[in-house]
Amino acid sequence: MGKDFQPTSRNAPSEENPSKTSRAKRFGATFILSFVILFVVWIIFSGRFDGFHITLGLISSAIVAAFSGDLMFTSHEPRGIFRLWIRLFAYIPWLIYQIFLANLHVMYLVFHPKMMELINPQIIEFDSELKSDYARTTFANSITLTPGTITVNVTVLGRFSVHCIDDKSGQALPGDMESKIVKVFPE
Amino acid sequence: MKIIVMILLFSGLAFFTGGSIGILRLPDFYSRLHPAGKLDTAGQLLTLSAIAVFVLQDFSLHNFLTATKIVLIVIIVYITSPTATHAIVDAGVRAGLKPWTKEDQS
Amino acid sequence: MDTVFYYSGFYLSLIMLLSLYRAIFGPTVLDRLIGVNAIGSKTTVLLVLVGLIYGRVDMFVDIALAYALLNFIAVLAASRYFQKKRGLFEEKPPV
Repeated sequence: MGKDFQPTSRNAPSEENPSKTSRAKRFGATFILSFVILFVVWIIFSGRFDGFHITLGLISSAIVAAFSGDLMFTSHEPRGIFRLWIRLFAYIPWLIYQIFLANLHVMYLVFHPKMMELINPQIIEFDSELKSDYARTTFANSITLTPGTITVNVTVLGRFSVHCIDDKSGQALPGDMESKIVKVFPE
Repeated sequence: MKIIVMILLFSGLAFFTGGSIGILRLPDFYSRLHPAGKLDTAGQLLTLSAIAVFVLQDFSLHNFLTATKIVLIVIIVYITSPTATHAIVDAGVRAGLKPWTKEDQS
Repeated sequence: MDTVFYYSGFYLSLIMLLSLYRAIFGPTVLDRLIGVNAIGSKTTVLLVLVGLIYGRVDMFVDIALAYALLNFIAVLAASRYFQKKRGLFEEKPPV
């Protein structure tokens, strides 16, 4: 969803002053984070706890983390990322509740005998005040996961085009969801 | 415990039914994506969590790992489903398909 | 409990037949893609149900996971491929 975006300039100050130690520290932090995540996933998927499989998992997660650790956490400083994840996990139950409500609405529409008179497909546009790529991607994915609305396009300037199935789903945008995401991703 | 599993399973199947009937009934491609992408995702969440609860009934490490894998399936589905939906919408927009509106009906 | 899972699996396959209608007779290529995507998401659940019926959930869960990923990649690749105008509009009836 982020393919139209320009790369953000958040890393610019550190690029201008490339001190070797800070870069090494950054690499170490991302390496350890992605290594831990990959190793936990390995243990869950393998389900064996003998020495051979654990060693294999250690080696392969170390290789993958060394190569692509900086792909997983690009624009965030490693220090604030735990707090970000905690806020994100606090946001998810509310999102699931919203998804459930909207699902019931779409179910009602689908099973209604006079469905063709109730629906009114349209594309609405609105401006969002979210700036970073992560925040916009989370917002667009949340809109798409909520039934009745699908994000069609997001421009670089933060203009969202959303396809709505009827008037009721469109009126709720951007609304609560955006303010919640602003709280999750403080600029 | 059995009752919880049954309720989750049957509500998930109801969502799947709604998704399939929505795919059949809705007028155009953009609006068909609404039931296809979302009701199916909700159905997957409910049915898979029903199966996870059923697996966890007699608790052991092996069963716990299986339930964790089922939860991982749900997480992966919830990450990938909006991306797939957006890819289909994007293909339609770039090809120039016009969305169906109420004015076209008459 | 086994009978419940058995009939749920049977019911899921019936629903997949409904989606198959859209995959076969859809007016545009993207409609067929939606039908295939819907069938794939139901297959993920059906695989885990089959695992429960056979009593080998641990094995079938891995297959279901791989199938969910494959479904995603298939939809992504197909929609990228059909981004050109070719074949997207209403198909002509066979002459």
